Amino acid sequence: MKPVPMESLSPGLGEARAGRGLLGYLACFNGIVWRETLRFVHQRERFLSALVRPLVWLFIFAAGFRQVLGVSIIAPYETYVLYEVFVTPGLIGMILLFNAMQSSLSMVYDRETGAMRTLLVSPFPRWFLLTSKLVGSGAVSLLQAYAFLLIAYFWEIEPPPLGYLTVLPALFLSSLMLGALALLISSLIRQLENFAGVMNFVIFPMFFASSALYPLWRIRESSPLLYEICRLNPFTYAVELIRFALYVQLDLTSLVVVLALTAAFLGAAIFAYNPSKGLLGRRGATGGVA
Amino acid sequence: MSPDAEEPLALSVAGVSHAFGERRALADVSLAVPAGSFTVLLGLNGAGKSTLFALITRLYDNVSGEIRVCGHDVRRAPSAALRQIGVVFQSRALDADLSLLQNLAYHAALHGFGHAAAKARAMALLATVGLGDKAHDKVRALSGGQARRVEIARALLHGPRCLLLDEATVGLDIGAREGVIALVRDLVARRRLGVLWATHLIDEIAPSDRVVVLHKGRVLFAGGHGELLAATNAKTVRDAFSALTAAADASVAGAAA
Repeated sequence: MKPVPMESLSPGLGEARAGRGLLGYLACFNGIVWRETLRFVHQRERFLSALVRPLVWLFIFAAGFRQVLGVSIIAPYETYVLYEVFVTPGLIGMILLFNAMQSSLSMVYDRETGAMRTLLVSPFPRWFLLTSKLVGSGAVSLLQAYAFLLIAYFWEIEPPPLGYLTVLPALFLSSLMLGALALLISSLIRQLENFAGVMNFVIFPMFFASSALYPLWRIRESSPLLYEICRLNPFTYAVELIRFALYVQLDLTSLVVVLALTAAFLGAAIFAYNPSKGLLGRRGATGGVA
Repeated sequence: MSPDAEEPLALSVAGVSHAFGERRALADVSLAVPAGSFTVLLGLNGAGKSTLFALITRLYDNVSGEIRVCGHDVRRAPSAALRQIGVVFQSRALDADLSLLQNLAYHAALHGFGHAAAKARAMALLATVGLGDKAHDKVRALSGGQARRVEIARALLHGPRCLLLDEATVGLDIGAREGVIALVRDLVARRRLGVLWATHLIDEIAPSDRVVVLHKGRVLFAGGHGELLAATNAKTVRDAFSALTAAADASVAGAAA
């Protein structure tokens, strides 16, 4: 094999015709989203497990509880609905939540193996890199959520056709909020081993103490304290935003809360990953023993 | 190759200190890497080499002192500085599930290259490091030495003037080690790259190299290979290193007593 002269790569010393303006940002954004999607495609088991989890809930849990948990007519539903129908937005939320936390897990792993450093030594601003990664992760969540909706359709979960379109921004916003929270959590976790705690202290409480499985009015009847906890849970607002959007309605409160929390979580995560202000440099969290 | 007097230093570090909480990792570190030089950062594990690399690449912020890459201050102009740095970190940072070409294309995107330009540069660089025929293979199929060569290709993808390699030969067999070192020395000669080569392996140092001895966060010596031997009145770099570190440890012990 004949080596290619280094000089042929660029006309002068160190000159690289990389885009530095808007085109450069666009190329960087595309690259990050492309990599997230590619990684997802290569990890078929991850795709399957992300689908199997909510489907088990839908096919077994929801079917079993159909007779026990009747749901009265509450917005956005105009008639009595089966429990499977009620629980579907919550299960979509579950997909987004688990995907966000899995993304957070991969960031901790990337930080330990050094892959995160490849991202962070890019000349583009760190807020832009992290936001792009968040969007890439969100895009993967959308694929999973729509795959679930497609399967659910054959289980007689049939929202209005327009709902499949109107739910898209709700899914995207919710995945951004949960992804930003996961990003913040990843900056606080020093070692991969600590991630098991995230399952116990973040994912499960967020999922169960929300409106994903039960209507809030039912929770209030049984426990006013739990009701207040559910109202403070960001995941509740993501689920309600998705629930209303799936039926071509807008829950303004949920939209405002999701938007505000996305900004707050993302801001905090960018602060934590900022080399001059954040936590990484104080703790020596980027690996290497020399 | 002697550096041009008018050419800015590929890297200059002046008075840099860093601590993790109460633990001091670097104390008043200063060093220079001229363009077209192979500078060895020699130190034992825990000497502070990786911390210094993290500061140069702005993974951490240098709160005291100054770091410049090709004249660009990494704090005031991080983007300009990072464009001139290519880095191979100690731990492998390739995505094993992606092909060599995909890994390099991703890195090119992180530097703002569009798809076509990224692919062309990646293919050319893979050919340069002798892996052009494996461009579409998954990284997990590579040997350790081949993976290191891919990382060097990746570090060069955006055309940097300063190349940082942190323990780049750790875990490689003798043949692969020699291949990686020869490749980097060739780059220094042909492209006038300024290379900072962090290692704890003394046999990787050549007589033409500049040497910086880092020990427990302090620079004990910075200069040419011959100057190191002359300053310590030693016959080998190993003896010189031992003499310097022993004297430093004795000095610290004396001060503590």
